[in-house]
Amino acid sequence: MNELLAVFRRELGGYFATPLAFIFIVIFLFTMGAFTFYLGAYYESDQADLTIFFNFHPWLYLFLIPAISMRLWAEERRSGSIELLLSLPVPLWAAVLGKFLAAWAFSGIALALTFPMWLTVNYLGDPDNGVVLAGYLGSFFMAGGYLAIGSCLSAVTRNQVIAFVVSVAVSFLFTVSGLPIVIDFFASWAPQQVLSTIASFSFLTHFEAITRGVIDLRDIVYFTTLIGAWLIACGIVVDMKKAG
Amino acid sequence: MIVIDGLTKQFGPFTAVDGISFSVAKGEVLGFLGPNGAGKSTTMKMVTGFLAPSAGSARVCGHDIVTSTLDAQRMIGYLPEGAPAYGDMTARGFLKFIARVRRLSGAEADKAIDSAVEATELAGVLEQPIDTLSKGFRRRVGLAQAILHNPPVLIMDEPTDGLDPNQKFEVRKLIGRMAAEKAIVISTHILEEVDAICTRALIINRGRIVADGTPAELMSRSRYHNAVSLTLGGRTTVETAEKLRSLAGIESIEVSPRGDETTFTLFPARSGEGDTMLVDAVARIAREENWQVRALYGEAGRLDEVFRRLTRSDAGGKEAA
Repeated sequence: MNELLAVFRRELGGYFATPLAFIFIVIFLFTMGAFTFYLGAYYESDQADLTIFFNFHPWLYLFLIPAISMRLWAEERRSGSIELLLSLPVPLWAAVLGKFLAAWAFSGIALALTFPMWLTVNYLGDPDNGVVLAGYLGSFFMAGGYLAIGSCLSAVTRNQVIAFVVSVAVSFLFTVSGLPIVIDFFASWAPQQVLSTIASFSFLTHFEAITRGVIDLRDIVYFTTLIGAWLIACGIVVDMKKAG
Repeated sequence: MIVIDGLTKQFGPFTAVDGISFSVAKGEVLGFLGPNGAGKSTTMKMVTGFLAPSAGSARVCGHDIVTSTLDAQRMIGYLPEGAPAYGDMTARGFLKFIARVRRLSGAEADKAIDSAVEATELAGVLEQPIDTLSKGFRRRVGLAQAILHNPPVLIMDEPTDGLDPNQKFEVRKLIGRMAAEKAIVISTHILEEVDAICTRALIINRGRIVADGTPAELMSRSRYHNAVSLTLGGRTTVETAEKLRSLAGIESIEVSPRGDETTFTLFPARSGEGDTMLVDAVARIAREENWQVRALYGEAGRLDEVFRRLTRSDAGGKEAA
């Protein structure tokens, strides 16, 4: 536990040691705002809720989260510090989890800094703050899902750019697996059960369910299982790739 | 403190380390020698728990590195090849992280960091990001990290690589100071280093041990062992060599002229007789013949020659101890 905390603190500190944290947060907040107010036509919608705001989250995360996760392991492998880290008395799971939690906490900080949206909507009208809270919770869990995918794929390569591109591609598949772009490909030949299984992998489906204010245990289980599975895969990849 | 038995590592069809066995006791400084790709670093990576061995075992202070990895790793201070570190951290931040991982906290951690910083003379650069440090300082940050928790076992992969002669001297002094109460393994390419700090040297080639002994023992395998080197100024003639050859117990003589000097290397017959007698005899002749002696000394042996002979790719394991 000590070791996990040490890795967590180092990694989170690492984001703020470089301009990365600052740049990320500024761009995240700026695009969030711009998308909501201009693309989403927030004022014209005349709705005092944050549905429009949350609807953009998956698409922003798709590109911004891999930017957080790409360095997690690729950088360790490139600089050789992975040899130092894994010859210290740190269990592999603590290293994997500590890094993931640091990245998740960082994305949580960025998400929390969108609180002016919440203030705005409360100023403009009388939203159901329970629904807003559910939206934030769902968004946070979804960010964790993207991060777990990115963390695993970052361990596959020592090149951060490759890690980024592959993470975006895989995250995209997970985001849209419920949409026609993926379903149509299987629809002509796969049985219905397969289709619904594939569709049930979609981040969008689960996230939208949560943002409607319905915190279904199945959606939470989905994201935690997904995070767990990708982190286990991450541990396996890190262990396999050590020699290379 | 370190017991290694039949340690083997295969990468696919390639065997990097092939059944290495040795042990290192407290107070020993083991020099790990071998050409690039001989398996030095791979062996160290296995002993420190970074790579899993394909076969064989390694125990550190009684803890098996495979079955009780963390306990073994707590006993080890390790400087990986190239002294990797987290470049965006300051030296102090990095050492604090290491202290935390090593379960040192509060005053204990501060004390450990202070003494490691003092030993490696890092005080001046503690607040700088490691990326901005010179190669020598980076190496010293790596050293400080390795000795931070005062480990009973210290494993260092090329600790003086890339350092200037002054820094090398300092690092060797540091290792020498710690040697008495630790078991230390260092890998190196620098043969003089072995002579300077190691109590024992182990030469490996193609994943196998080809020699194991004290530096003196290894040097005694050199053809220069007990040879006498005589450098004469002025004109030398064929008779000079003949005179030297007439001495008792000489097997052969090599003559190498350089400038206005000529160096004769006299190889004694391998009888194991002390070299001082031969040096005395040569000195006597030189006096009698009134030669201009520029240098005269008995050689202990040359490690680089032993190293080359044992590790040339065709040498195989012929000389294995």
